[in-house]
Amino acid sequence: MAGAFWCIVEDDRNGSPKKVMAEVIGEAARLAPGRVEAVWLTDKASEAGLKQLGEWGAARVVLLENAAFAPYRSEVWVAAAAELAGKEAPQAILAPVTSRQREFVARLAARLGVGLAADCVGFALEGDKLVATRPVYAGKLLSKVTWAKAPWVATLRPNVFRPAEAQPGKTASVERPAATAVGAQMKFVERREEVSTGLPELTEAETVISGGRGMKGPENYVILEDLGRVIGAAVGASRAAVDAGWRPHRFQIGQTGRTISPKLYLGFGVSGAIQHLAGMRTSKVIVAINKDPEAPIFKIADYGIVADLFEVVPELTKEFKKLLEK
Amino acid sequence: MKILVTIKQVPDTATQVKVAADGKTIDTTGITWIVSPYDEFAVEEALRIKEKRGQGEVVAVSLGPDRVKEALRSCLAMGCDRAIHLNDPAWAAADTLATARALAAVIKQESAQLVLCGRQAIDDDMGAVTAQLAELLGWPCAYWIMEETIDADAKSVRAARQVEGGLEVFDLPLPAVLAAQKGLNEPRYPTLKGIMGAKKKEIKDLKASDLGGAVEPSQLSVVGLQALPPRPPGRIIQGDVPTAVKELVRSLREDAKAI
Repeated sequence: MAGAFWCIVEDDRNGSPKKVMAEVIGEAARLAPGRVEAVWLTDKASEAGLKQLGEWGAARVVLLENAAFAPYRSEVWVAAAAELAGKEAPQAILAPVTSRQREFVARLAARLGVGLAADCVGFALEGDKLVATRPVYAGKLLSKVTWAKAPWVATLRPNVFRPAEAQPGKTASVERPAATAVGAQMKFVERREEVSTGLPELTEAETVISGGRGMKGPENYVILEDLGRVIGAAVGASRAAVDAGWRPHRFQIGQTGRTISPKLYLGFGVSGAIQHLAGMRTSKVIVAINKDPEAPIFKIADYGIVADLFEVVPELTKEFKKLLEK
Repeated sequence: MKILVTIKQVPDTATQVKVAADGKTIDTTGITWIVSPYDEFAVEEALRIKEKRGQGEVVAVSLGPDRVKEALRSCLAMGCDRAIHLNDPAWAAADTLATARALAAVIKQESAQLVLCGRQAIDDDMGAVTAQLAELLGWPCAYWIMEETIDADAKSVRAARQVEGGLEVFDLPLPAVLAAQKGLNEPRYPTLKGIMGAKKKEIKDLKASDLGGAVEPSQLSVVGLQALPPRPPGRIIQGDVPTAVKELVRSLREDAKAI
């Protein structure tokens, strides 16, 4: 087992790797010290971004830069990545779970004729095999899977793996092979930006606030957003709140929404239906605020307050403000 | 136009799942089975395309053991015209790639112009089959679509896919593969007439040999399945709201170091 561990770079579409890459690189370095390589398909990479990958611990960066790589299309990316994989025979190909990486690495695995393990939360080397752990059945069970042959292709759930610490001054060798883009069958029409809440993205945030049916209506989410601004948290919602039309679907946490794994999850008026737990039960610290002492979310919460959320949220905002101003 | 919808039968979310004696699969006794919710969005969208165009055929396809017929039957009750059941023990341990290979063979046999899949099945949450189908067929693919329109002469589809921060809209020449995201539509409930009619519709059984060739071994295999370790018991903070909130903030800062 001497091949490289590729980390497929997810970027912010502006030339910088997303911070979730510190987690992917950190885990790759734990599994294969000294053999961590970043493979970056982009239309534009910044020098600062390349430097960042080196500081996180990539020994080598292969930059595949081509205007045709944006916006992302799986057919174009896979052709370029498979060509490189054919030349270099990596041992593993790792990427963070994002909307495009989920599609891209699945398609790449099919091109290479190898297995894919998506949304992994743990890895272990057992002899010459890699065993991945992934939540299945609404997070009720953990499945351990392994590959018949290399490259081992996997996506990593954000906020689960210990991020590499940046080491200032550490650099990666950067290679820029000719990046050929096959003609794409699909043609880009337009991008429609979401109205930004100014708060972090759900799947990336270290702290997530979630409002459930107890929020009573769409107008009340403003108090959660106020709290979110104080502690730098994303604000999501339960299925009940989304299905009631209070929040757009992109804010839904749960089995038919986003899967999150923040350091801190705060649920307000969330009952804790199984399908919601499926999307947040790997959160590190879970706080539940609900009037109903029987709400199932209390069973998995680390801290709970049985009270009216409309009394708790303003108090909590005030207390956090005091704490963070210190 | 012929639309093929791939569906998977999965345990109902609320159902209790236990690990079977082999330590690798689930004990299926007493499980309530449903069509994976994302696949219902795919079925619904296929039916709407057919209704809007006033012509066409919608075929539901699924891979799995005998019980899967029930899931296919509910797709027929929603309005699919017929169903194909890939039913062969040779596929019992199929990974996403083996599944995609079998489905791709059916899609070629059927000469479908559009394939709709759910974003992911809610049992193993791999979310890979759509992309792998696209790869095996050499078709363009759009993931997590929130809306789609087929052009008048059925030569292309305009699809909006959900990405972090917005929607990206593409024109895909047909044939193409689309993965349905929640929000694409609101799936219909089968009517009584639909349920009665479904009993007369065809569910064709296919074996691996009908798809011309041996099943290649799975590239990913399950080596173990275990229950989630229980979380340590939590603590309900008592007292009036201001006191409890103060204690919560202190605990999060000092004990849990979460803020």
